[in-house]
Amino acid sequence: MSVFQTQQLAALEQAQPLNWLADVQQAGKAAFADTQWPTRKVEAWKYCSLKTLGDQGFDAVQPAAIADAEQLQAHINIQNLDASKLVIINGQINLELSDALALEQVTLFADANADQQAIIAERLNAARQQPNQHLFNDLNDAALQNGVLVQIAKNSRLDKPLHIVSLNTGADAAYAVNSRVLVELGTSAEMTLIEQFASLSDDADNSFTNNQTDVRVGDNARFNHYRLNMMANAASFVGTTRIDLQRDANYDAFHLGLGSVLTRNDMVINHNVGGSHAEIAGIYVPQGKQLVDFHTCIEHKVAHCTSNEVFRGIINDEAKAVFNGRIHIHQDAQKTLAELSNKNLLLTNKAEINTKPELEIYADDVQCAHGATVAQQDEKARFYLQSRGISAADAQVMLSFGFINELIDNLKLEAIGDWLRPVLAQRFGREQLFSAEQTGDL
Amino acid sequence: MISIKNLHASVEDKPILKGLNLDIKPGEVHAIMGPNGAGKSTLGNVLAGREGYEVTDGSAVMNGKELLELETEERAREGLFLAFQYPVEIPGVSNLEFLKASVDAVREHQGKDALDSVNFLKLAREKVKAVNLDQSFLKRGVNEGFSGGEKKRNELMQMMLLEPQLCILDETDSGLDIDALQVVANGVNAMRDENRSFIVVTHYQRLLDYIVPDYVHVLADGKIVKSGGKELALELEEKGYGWLENGEA
Repeated sequence: MSVFQTQQLAALEQAQPLNWLADVQQAGKAAFADTQWPTRKVEAWKYCSLKTLGDQGFDAVQPAAIADAEQLQAHINIQNLDASKLVIINGQINLELSDALALEQVTLFADANADQQAIIAERLNAARQQPNQHLFNDLNDAALQNGVLVQIAKNSRLDKPLHIVSLNTGADAAYAVNSRVLVELGTSAEMTLIEQFASLSDDADNSFTNNQTDVRVGDNARFNHYRLNMMANAASFVGTTRIDLQRDANYDAFHLGLGSVLTRNDMVINHNVGGSHAEIAGIYVPQGKQLVDFHTCIEHKVAHCTSNEVFRGIINDEAKAVFNGRIHIHQDAQKTLAELSNKNLLLTNKAEINTKPELEIYADDVQCAHGATVAQQDEKARFYLQSRGISAADAQVMLSFGFINELIDNLKLEAIGDWLRPVLAQRFGREQLFSAEQTGDL
Repeated sequence: MISIKNLHASVEDKPILKGLNLDIKPGEVHAIMGPNGAGKSTLGNVLAGREGYEVTDGSAVMNGKELLELETEERAREGLFLAFQYPVEIPGVSNLEFLKASVDAVREHQGKDALDSVNFLKLAREKVKAVNLDQSFLKRGVNEGFSGGEKKRNELMQMMLLEPQLCILDETDSGLDIDALQVVANGVNAMRDENRSFIVVTHYQRLLDYIVPDYVHVLADGKIVKSGGKELALELEEKGYGWLENGEA
């Protein structure tokens, strides 16, 4: 058993479980204790080494928020975005910084009424039965105290996006945060969820975050999702997103992995009933010695569903990225349309990308297109920029940024694009020349 | 302005330009016409320094400097501007950011202060209006989803912003309708002055009704085979190029 497991299990002994969730917690704990720590020989972790993480212990005790409110505010606000904010600091919901509206919209597991308890238990048990369950999901189940439930009733819509900010402050002793979000959209319901994982400062955060978000999108419902990993370099993150799509349901998502020593994201989309559509875009931009790993899996279980997935990555310095895009078209899933594209730019000789589209198709009347490339910069575009006086080095930076900005330009919430653009531009050593205010009317 | 002597250039080891000579004085407009495959576009690409166009002999001296020894961006900063026949689309790079970076680079080379974003935006709005494009084109990706005519007008707008010394228009008129052609021609004519020179490469005489050249040259098989005044264009329109290629010139 790894140091990581030993210490997490010890911490779980100290925790006060919710009685009505004891079964799930016990099951999770037992499975977590029984799992051998994954080595590179385990396919799902082949290019994503957990060795360093496994040798590390993380405290269960989470430090109290130390920073003052003003400093925190700067980290949790997205300029010009009208959203209701739920602020979670070091795994604990912060009532002062959260908007009253957001607190109304969510239910903490600890506050769930009998009906909600039933829903939560049912969803958690169903999640445990899903394939691709890994030891961090087990750990998440074992440590369920701080879960959040979001329910959107039939035919209703959240007028403002719900913005859940998980901010870690860092502390002398590294600590672990396990968090869980359950979303339940009724028939023809609609909402936008922004999940942002961030660190208070760039160097002090050495925490480990294990997040799992499970969403059930009801018949004809729409779920718009932004999942933004923006943690500090030393922070480790393992996350799972599971989306269950019912009849004619719609999932529209943008995933960002800015990069850290370990940022691993598993995303599973289940097309459970016909007519559903999933549209997923994603970006990763690791630098230094960072590692970003996206494992996505789209399960086309039934006929007449569509999915379109586009991920782009730019890998700098000695960083490493993994993209594993699985599309599984079951025997009954006739008339499926599935597209998958993954393009990568390597900026140095030492940067590494492991990209693998994985198609398993058991139906015969489907259209499935996929492509994974390691792109070279477009010579024509570079010449064009240089012919206007722009140096070769600047042209490279502009084109790299453009490569991912293409996806940012498509975001439906423009405020998020306007907010992310300078963050990403800076990553490539380039300042944005114009502010969103200046170009707002164009 | 520019003196091109005995220019030889190859693409993939195939000689395209085979001893081209051309002298252009400040303020002059020279039209270059010729059949397909004569090397018209190669001339622009060679002068701009495109990769894959290998100069095997000759020189091109602009304002006392040997162009052929400079990097592409250095040529641009020295005042060379190539309006592309097929401007490339660059999604994700906003037109505005691109234009600012370009103008900044050229101004810096010229020892001028950089324009701040407010003043630049004002200037850009002015120019986009001058070429009859919607303001939203500034925010869009460079040439992304622009129609053929919009791309050519975007080229013209860049020319107006950069105020180059020598402008090469590479088949800027191809595929344009008369309205779009007039916009481009008016823009070019407004930029004509005693210091700025133009090389107008075209396949069609029609453009020269709108941009009236001082000289017309015929480029065939990598060389200039005949030069004359603007009336030469009319003669070419009537007779075609056959009589020149047969060596009668």
